[in-house]
Amino acid sequence: MTAPTVLFDAPGPKARRRHRLIAIATIAALIAGLGVVVWRFQTTGQLEYELWEPFVTPAYMQILGQAALDTLKTAVLAIIGALAFGGLFSVGKLSIHRAIRWPSWLIVEFFRAVPLLMLIFFIWSLYKFETGIMAPLVLGLVLYNGSVLAETFRAGMNAVPIGQVEAAYAIGMRKNAVMRIVQFPQSVKVMLPAIVSQCIVALKDTSLGYYILAPGLTFAGREIWREYDNRLQTALVLAVMYIAINLLLTWLAKWLEGRLNRSESRAARALADEARRALA
Amino acid sequence: MDAMLDNIDLLLRGFTETAKLLVASGALAMLLGTVVAVARVSPVSVLRAAGTTYVTLFRNTPLLMLILITYYGMPRLGIDFGFFGNITLAMGVYTSAFIAEALRSGVNGVPLGQAEAARAIGMPFTMTMTQVVLPQAFRIVVPPLVSQLIALTKNTSLAATFGIAEATFRLNGMLRDFPADRWWIFGGYALGYIVIVAVLSAIAISLERRWKVGR
Repeated sequence: MTAPTVLFDAPGPKARRRHRLIAIATIAALIAGLGVVVWRFQTTGQLEYELWEPFVTPAYMQILGQAALDTLKTAVLAIIGALAFGGLFSVGKLSIHRAIRWPSWLIVEFFRAVPLLMLIFFIWSLYKFETGIMAPLVLGLVLYNGSVLAETFRAGMNAVPIGQVEAAYAIGMRKNAVMRIVQFPQSVKVMLPAIVSQCIVALKDTSLGYYILAPGLTFAGREIWREYDNRLQTALVLAVMYIAINLLLTWLAKWLEGRLNRSESRAARALADEARRALA
Repeated sequence: MDAMLDNIDLLLRGFTETAKLLVASGALAMLLGTVVAVARVSPVSVLRAAGTTYVTLFRNTPLLMLILITYYGMPRLGIDFGFFGNITLAMGVYTSAFIAEALRSGVNGVPLGQAEAARAIGMPFTMTMTQVVLPQAFRIVVPPLVSQLIALTKNTSLAATFGIAEATFRLNGMLRDFPADRWWIFGGYALGYIVIVAVLSAIAISLERRWKVGR
C-alpha cells in the first residue's frame, strides 16, 4: 500500500458524496478561472489575429523552428560538456590524493553556489559583450550543470554496495579498474533519473541566452515581439514549446529506464533498488 | 580591486534587493507549494489531477517565460501588481512547483503507522494532515526545501533586466564600467551569493538538528 492511500479511509457513502461535491467545485472553479482568463484576453484585445499572426505565418514559423534547433544545439553542447566536466571532477572529488580532492571540491562548490546568469554575464564580459554568440551561454551551462553532475556522479559511485568494491579489490583490481569496471557501470542505471532531470534543467536554462542575445528560442521571440508588440503571446507560445520538448525528454527517459530495468535479472534489480534508496 | 571596494555600496544595495525578492517569493512559494502538495495527496481524484497538472506545467516552463508573462503580459490584461509584485509572482509560482514535489515526497516519507494511528483514533483527512502528517513531513523535508530556497536565491538573478536593481544587475553594470577589474568584481559578487547560500545552509542544519523527530 502506498502512503497517499494510507492517509484516508476508504470513503463511505457520505464521504463519497462530499468528495463528489469537492470535485465538482474544483472543476467549476478551474473552468471559471479559465473563463476569466479568456474574458480578460478578449476584453483587452489580446486575442486579436494580428498579435497571433506570426505563429501561423510560415516565414516566422521557420524562424522559430531554426531557433528551436539553435536552442537544442546549445543544450546538446552544454550537456555533453557538463557530462565531461562532471565526470572529471567527480573522479577528482573521489581521489585519494588531497591535492586533487580539495581543488575539485572547491571548484564544484563554487560553481554550484553562484547564479548561472551571473556566470554567463561574467563570461560574456570576457567576450567584450559581443552579441549573437553562443559561447558564453554554453560555457556557463557547462560549468554550472557540470558541477551539479559531479556531485550526482560522486553520490552514484558511492551508492554502489560496498561489497562490490571490496570484492573487486579482493580479486586484485586496482582503483582505476574498480571505478571503471565495477562502480561506474552499476551507478549509471541508478543515476539515470538524476542525469535526465539535470538535462531538463540545462534545456530550460538555455532560455537565459535572452540576456546576452545569444541565438535560440528566446532571442527569436524577442525579434518577433519587437516587430509585432506581442510579448504575452510570444512568451506563451515559447513556454508551450519548452514544455513540449521537456515532456518529450521526460518520456524518453522513462522509456530508456524501463528498457534498462527489463534487461536486469531479479537479483541485479534488487541491488539497483538498494543503491537507489541509498542515493535518495 | 579599487573599483570593487569603492563601489561596495552598490553591491550591498544590490544584495538588499536580492534578499527582498528572496523573502517575498520564498514566502509565496511555501504557501502555494503546501496547498498544491496537499491537493496532490488528497482523497479527491480531481484535486490530485489538478495538483499534478500544476506541477508538470510550472516545472517544465523556464522561469524566464513566466517572468515575461507576468511582467509584460499581465499588465496588458489589465492585471498589474507593480513590477516587484509581478516578478515575485513568477518566481513564487515557479518555485512552488518544486516545493510541492519536495513536500509530497516528505509526506510519503512519514511512517505509515503515524497516519494509520491518526485514522484509528477517528481523525478525518484534514486533521490527519494538519495535526500528524504535515508537521512531521516538514521536518523530513528541511534539507530539500532549503535547497529549493537556495535555487530560488540564484534564480532571483533573473530579475536583472526587469527593472529591479538586484545583485546580478549591479554586477553587469560594474563589469561594463570597470572592465579592468572584472575578476575582483566577479569575486566580490560571487562571495555575496555564497554568503547567502551559506547562511541558508546553516539555518537548515540547525533546524534539522532542533526538529529531529525522536524515534
